[in-house]
Amino acid sequence: MKSLKLIVGGTIAATAALSTFAMAGETVDSIKAKGYVQCGANTALAGFSAPTSEGKWEGLDIDLCHAVAAAILGDASKARFTPLTAAQRFTALQSKEVDLLARNTTWTLSRDTKVGLNFAGVNYYDGQGFMVAKASGITSATELDGATVCIEPGTTTELNLADYFRAQGMSFEPVVIENAVEAVQTFFSGRCDVYTTDASGLASYRQTAPNPDDFMVLPEIISKEPLGPAVRHGDEEFADIVRWTHIAMLEAEEKGITSANVDTFKKDSKDPGIQRLLGTTGDMGKALGVSDDWAYNIIKQVGNYGESFDRNVKAKLGLERGLNALWTDGGLMYPAPIR
Amino acid sequence: MSEPVKSRKKLSSLIYSEKARGVFAQILVTGGIAFIAWYLISNTFENLANQGIATGYSFLSLESSFGISEHMIEFTPADSYGRALMVGLLNTMKVSLLGIIFASLIGFVVGVSRMSKNWILSRIAAVYINLFRNIPVLLQLIFWYTLINNGFPSPKRALEVLPDVFLSNRGVLFPVPADHPAYFWMGVVFVIALAGVWLLRRWALARQDRTGQSFPYAWAGLALVIVSVFITYIVCGAPTEMSTPVLKGFNFKGGAKLSPEFLSLLIGLSLYTSTYIADIVRSGLQSVPKGQEEASTDLGLKPSQTLVHVVLPQASRVMIPPLTSQYLNLTKNSSLAVAVGYPDLVSLSNTTMNQTGQAIEAISIFMGVYLGLSLAISLFMNWYNKKMALVER
Repeated sequence: MKSLKLIVGGTIAATAALSTFAMAGETVDSIKAKGYVQCGANTALAGFSAPTSEGKWEGLDIDLCHAVAAAILGDASKARFTPLTAAQRFTALQSKEVDLLARNTTWTLSRDTKVGLNFAGVNYYDGQGFMVAKASGITSATELDGATVCIEPGTTTELNLADYFRAQGMSFEPVVIENAVEAVQTFFSGRCDVYTTDASGLASYRQTAPNPDDFMVLPEIISKEPLGPAVRHGDEEFADIVRWTHIAMLEAEEKGITSANVDTFKKDSKDPGIQRLLGTTGDMGKALGVSDDWAYNIIKQVGNYGESFDRNVKAKLGLERGLNALWTDGGLMYPAPIR
Repeated sequence: MSEPVKSRKKLSSLIYSEKARGVFAQILVTGGIAFIAWYLISNTFENLANQGIATGYSFLSLESSFGISEHMIEFTPADSYGRALMVGLLNTMKVSLLGIIFASLIGFVVGVSRMSKNWILSRIAAVYINLFRNIPVLLQLIFWYTLINNGFPSPKRALEVLPDVFLSNRGVLFPVPADHPAYFWMGVVFVIALAGVWLLRRWALARQDRTGQSFPYAWAGLALVIVSVFITYIVCGAPTEMSTPVLKGFNFKGGAKLSPEFLSLLIGLSLYTSTYIADIVRSGLQSVPKGQEEASTDLGLKPSQTLVHVVLPQASRVMIPPLTSQYLNLTKNSSLAVAVGYPDLVSLSNTTMNQTGQAIEAISIFMGVYLGLSLAISLFMNWYNKKMALVER
């Protein structure tokens, strides 16, 4: 009986400890106090968040984290990364293990409400696709009836997949493996006929195949996947900073400001919009609770959105801007005014 | 006049009473634990409310919207999270039960071989034990899974090892009798026949006590089960239709399947746990003094009777408690299924937790279930242990 009591007591304590003790102060205060931003990142998704062979993290999501660090602390290098699987990510954010989730996470209603997240914008517009072995002879997703499908658990991918096959009246057999890298390797080994995830992810994982040319991505895109950074619900101040960090990177691209020429703009520009952005006039930084040169730091140390996209997504995966182009180029990236 | 004196005496006796101090200390400790628990729980709920995270178990009735590959009960994405967790629980119980059976069988054989006078046999058993016991079980699972996925051919080039039995990286497919009500009734008769065998055994033992005449109830019981089940089969129309696996499109249709996920988990857990069981069996057999065996032989018992009636009952007293903990370990280790994609309770709870964001509830469910499973196994093994224990008269 004694051991039973111990077990029950331990269970309750462990469950409660998953959450946190009392309010640890606002996220921004804790970031300033500890001197770095702790980001939840993908374990290995080239182009978005993956460690290099030297152990340095790189990618579009990683850049966003560095930008947040630049905005709050004035130093982009003050960002640390916690690699998280899809199934771990929300618990890690809820339990304050990380300050910010920049891990190609789809913005959905239930995540924005029940799961207790706040999405601070969309830094990549994506959609779910399918990858198959060329040898299978499949050319369209409508031929997939009865297929075995490898997926990562706890993703919108998993739900879209079931929805799509139900809508098409087709059957499938899921093979669900928690670690994305393991799941992809299982697909390459031939255990599954299909691997499915966001199209950007397919492009990224295809390159890790022993011979990428043996695999192809099917033309169908079966869902909308607006991927964006998320913070804990209830911390509006931090959500604002992340949101406007992303917008500042877009705004900089729209105005043609890059990490190379930002100093010239700061010195010479007579455009009031650029002066406000770079903090030479106005008090935009103060309104956010950071220094007035926040956007200057972001652009100088990380670059604008286009620079980040080109050196990560375009250079590593060969993907074009598409929906992720600025609105002025026919894309969906439309920064709200900084004023 | 005497009242205050009496009460003072009472108070001081309370302080000096060992029992009263004991009770006080226990109240203090229990109260402390209760306070900590209350603090943690109320804090958790406050934090969840602050972050706007949903609480409660109402999510269990919502539509799950995800697919599960292996289910012993019907499951479609339109079914609820509650049913998905039930599928996971049944999958956990399936792999644990089969794992316990295989680990025990292999462990018994290896344990006996380890004691064999045949040098090669005992060496092989020793190598087996040391090899599989000293590699972490998670790595073994991943090894078997990778081996099946990469070592077996694709479905189109599946190996037909026996007629209609196919080996491929989709698993092992084999023919099974097609659905027919006869099989249900055969199951019912089987259970009834087992009950009959139990009664027969009671009668036979009672008669032996009374008259000394032995009755071969084991053979008679076996015959009873086989004959009664066979008669049911004939009476219900003797269906012969088989469901055989046939390659259609991507995959085999028909027949029954053991998936690579299930196979690798079952093989990994069975082999790993069998090494511990082998050593338990060996220690159990060695604990029986040699004189017992010799005495039994001298009394004219056959070697098989010696093993069943003299050696095993004494050995099992030593074996049962450590066996219990190995069975518990195997059941708990089955939660590593998530690494090889087998949809067990933890894997499906993880998915549920992620889709609903309700980590605490999902974790509380699977912790409660594992606790329940483990306690059930312990209770059963404790009952069995008591039954086998030395009865001192």
